[in-house]
Amino acid sequence: MEKSELLHLQVVVELPYRWAAGRNGSLMLKALRDEKKIIGNRCPECRKVYVPPRAVCGPCFIAPDETVELPATGILAGYSVVNYPFIDPETGEKRPVPYTYGYIQLDGCDSYLSHFVNETDPARLSPGLRVEAVFKPDGERVGQMQDILHFKVSEEKGG
Amino acid sequence: MTDIAIVGAAQTGYRRRIDDANFSEMVYEVTSGALADAGLSIDDIDNFITVSNDFWDGRTISSMAVQDACGSSYQGGRNVSTVEGDGTFGLLYGMMRILSGAYKTTLVVVHCKGSEGNMRQITNGMFDYIYTRPLGIEATAAAAMQARCYMDRYGLTEEDFAHVSVKNRGNARLNPHAQLAAEMTIEDVMTSKMMAAPLKIHDLSPISDGAAAVILADRNTASKLGRKPVWIKGIAHCSEAHYLGDRDLAEAPALRDAAHRAYGMAGVENPFEEIDVVELYDAYSYMEPLWLEELGFCPRGKGGELTRLGATAFDGPVPVNPSGGVLSAHAVLVAGLARVIEATLQIRGEAGERQVEGPVELALAHGINGPCGQSHCVVILGE
Amino acid sequence: MSQRVGIIGFGQTYHRSRRDDVNGVELINEAVRAALEDAELTIDDIDAVVIGNMDHFEAVNYVDTWSVDGSGAWMKPLIKLTTGGTTGSTLGIAGYHHTASELFDVVLVIGWEKNSESDTTGAIITCSDPIFDRFSFSGALPGLAVEASTYMKRYGITEEDAALVTVRDREHGANNPYAQLQKPVTVEEVMQSPMLSWPVKLLDICPRSDGAAAVIFAGEQKAKKLSPRPAWVLSTAVRHSHSYFGDINYEEIHTMQEAVKELYKNVGIKEPLKELDVVELYQPYSFAGLKWIEAMGLCKPGESPRLLRDKVTHMDGELPFNPSGGVICTNCIGATGLLRIGEAALQVMGRAPGRQVPDVNLALSTGFGGAYWTDLMLLGSRPW
Repeated sequence: MEKSELLHLQVVVELPYRWAAGRNGSLMLKALRDEKKIIGNRCPECRKVYVPPRAVCGPCFIAPDETVELPATGILAGYSVVNYPFIDPETGEKRPVPYTYGYIQLDGCDSYLSHFVNETDPARLSPGLRVEAVFKPDGERVGQMQDILHFKVSEEKGG
Repeated sequence: MTDIAIVGAAQTGYRRRIDDANFSEMVYEVTSGALADAGLSIDDIDNFITVSNDFWDGRTISSMAVQDACGSSYQGGRNVSTVEGDGTFGLLYGMMRILSGAYKTTLVVVHCKGSEGNMRQITNGMFDYIYTRPLGIEATAAAAMQARCYMDRYGLTEEDFAHVSVKNRGNARLNPHAQLAAEMTIEDVMTSKMMAAPLKIHDLSPISDGAAAVILADRNTASKLGRKPVWIKGIAHCSEAHYLGDRDLAEAPALRDAAHRAYGMAGVENPFEEIDVVELYDAYSYMEPLWLEELGFCPRGKGGELTRLGATAFDGPVPVNPSGGVLSAHAVLVAGLARVIEATLQIRGEAGERQVEGPVELALAHGINGPCGQSHCVVILGE
Repeated sequence: MSQRVGIIGFGQTYHRSRRDDVNGVELINEAVRAALEDAELTIDDIDAVVIGNMDHFEAVNYVDTWSVDGSGAWMKPLIKLTTGGTTGSTLGIAGYHHTASELFDVVLVIGWEKNSESDTTGAIITCSDPIFDRFSFSGALPGLAVEASTYMKRYGITEEDAALVTVRDREHGANNPYAQLQKPVTVEEVMQSPMLSWPVKLLDICPRSDGAAAVIFAGEQKAKKLSPRPAWVLSTAVRHSHSYFGDINYEEIHTMQEAVKELYKNVGIKEPLKELDVVELYQPYSFAGLKWIEAMGLCKPGESPRLLRDKVTHMDGELPFNPSGGVICTNCIGATGLLRIGEAALQVMGRAPGRQVPDVNLALSTGFGGAYWTDLMLLGSRPW
């Protein structure tokens, strides 16, 4: 049987959104924009500190009731150097690679913050590395996570 | 049947935009509220159902956002599942999971924010991507076609539908959760902006944000609680064909089938005589009379007359949407569960100012999925 | 109320990286027809339909109502469920509850995906929190890479250890005519494959596939009448804990530990390695075939490489894993968890030609997805 031609329809589906950060998220984003500060909150039951701050501690099913200011420093708890190309759904464009995606555990915080790390050489990365946030300059911060430009590997050396 | 009862319920107010709460914050508000209403603690819940939609939320795996807030992450975690569809389908699946003998209680929670995405593009996404979506059809354009077919079949007029908007927006004045409440005239509706002929803006439900939760319990658990249980006496769902061109839009055979089976379970023979209050999914004004016909409250083509004669009015023999219905608040997915909650409050006698006259022994709640009510779920609730 | 439930039919498509010869509805229909044929039923025998996928891979909203022509749900009760990677297992578990509730007696469950129709990573990224995570998130891989690197460091596991898992599953996949990848590979080939996100390489991870699966569940009386040897559902357990990826403890797979604890207790399993006969593990990458089987209680933490080297989990071993080739050979995401259930059912029913494990009495299938979530379904040759 003759092989028949198979067609397809190629479109870009654009779906715009305007997501509310809500009460807790707005606290954090405002502090980031106005004071270059990172805000979390603490569960009254298990005492865990969460960033971003949130409505409920899942394991305790109770509302964290204490706002906690966190330092801009912490450790790189996990990371990966991303080498594969993909379409960024936020922009519709290919996201530039390589880039390093890191789980950062801020000092005094129990959860990980996801962010970029400005080091893409796997040989210079390891779990436990000290890192610190680099903020966008005053006047350029708008109240979003990218107000932190990235985390950089700290200069400080132990011993 | 009296195997499963609704023992707790809570809903947010429905608003055009809720900016002070994200999905998780809205869900935590209503899960906590439903637990308080039931007099239960999170330790008493052994099963969870969340209901959400990835398109409305702009998030694939939309359930992830609310796993902490619904309670399913509690302690070592609890059994949980997620339905994508109207909240009545979530209620149905939650009920199945108790009837299967696996669990004793189920918390069902649903959220949606119509304000955050684009309703036209999101509902355009439910049509076939090769043949119909490129034409730009979406929920309202499709509904207008259905309204037209329904009018043409039975010689109905736009005024027939305007009566529904006037009644439901008027009822909403008694409901603090409603988003649109107004004393309107037929003329107000008739002269409002034409959206997709024959539907004018006052024939359309609003875009809303909101969340709702109910707690289900098996007979044993429900009987031990202080609060009067509201039993799910019958429940059934059904879908018809997808392509609008394959359907007779002036009819809703899936609703007829679901109603038939739900009535069978509940032992209802004459709904008009036996059911005391109806809360149904009137996303557009014309839907209320069409659904009432298929639910057997009147003969085909007589739904409009039923409304005109006042039979469905707040103080009529069968009040329909005393809450103001979906025409007064339409958080998609949430709206069906809101109908269930409204019916529950009526049976409990706790509907406040919107409580209808006389004892409510049996109530009907209803939800839909897909374009022009392709799929329906009918719930019969009773004492 | 409540009745026992057995699986009496299973159908699947021939999974490929791209199926341009069918649209989504037609792909679904292939699996439905295969399942009906397998159970020797017609669509008229089906009382209710359950369907699911991950919406953003095909950008179809309300897949349940859109696919009625293919699923056969016309004028039938129809519901959609979706939970990310766990969608397929979520669907199977829903099929069980539909039937066990006695509201329905014969239930058709369908999971499907046409991953070729969108940018898979682009679609997956939208599962992360749009405000706090999405700008930096890059799909499933980095989380897995973090898990793998943490695990390697803690127990001295090597990349070669993980490669053994891929080699095993690709060897098994060669026996499954439905698998997308049917060519065996060597440890060297895995090691030399491109590094994607250290330590995870191309051959450590699952492909993306176009495919569909359909499973038919029946109540006790019907199942006994319709099938000579149904696969009885003995227990299920689900944990979808966590809303944020940053809250997960990557040193464990907490949800697997909690779910197996519940499931083993439900059915009285004390020594899973001895008592289970076959496992279809939703294993998105090779390292999971080590770390997660420790979480399942098959050996002590860090000891799983020995089970691989001793071929305990190979076809002829004490507890064969993934006779179908598993997720490493086929991954049509919304179908993947249901394929695990269907393949486990075939093993119990004794109907897995070319990949049959002898005398299967207990078969465990798993699902994985979301924020490191776990679903389990245990099937058995006897209803109680």
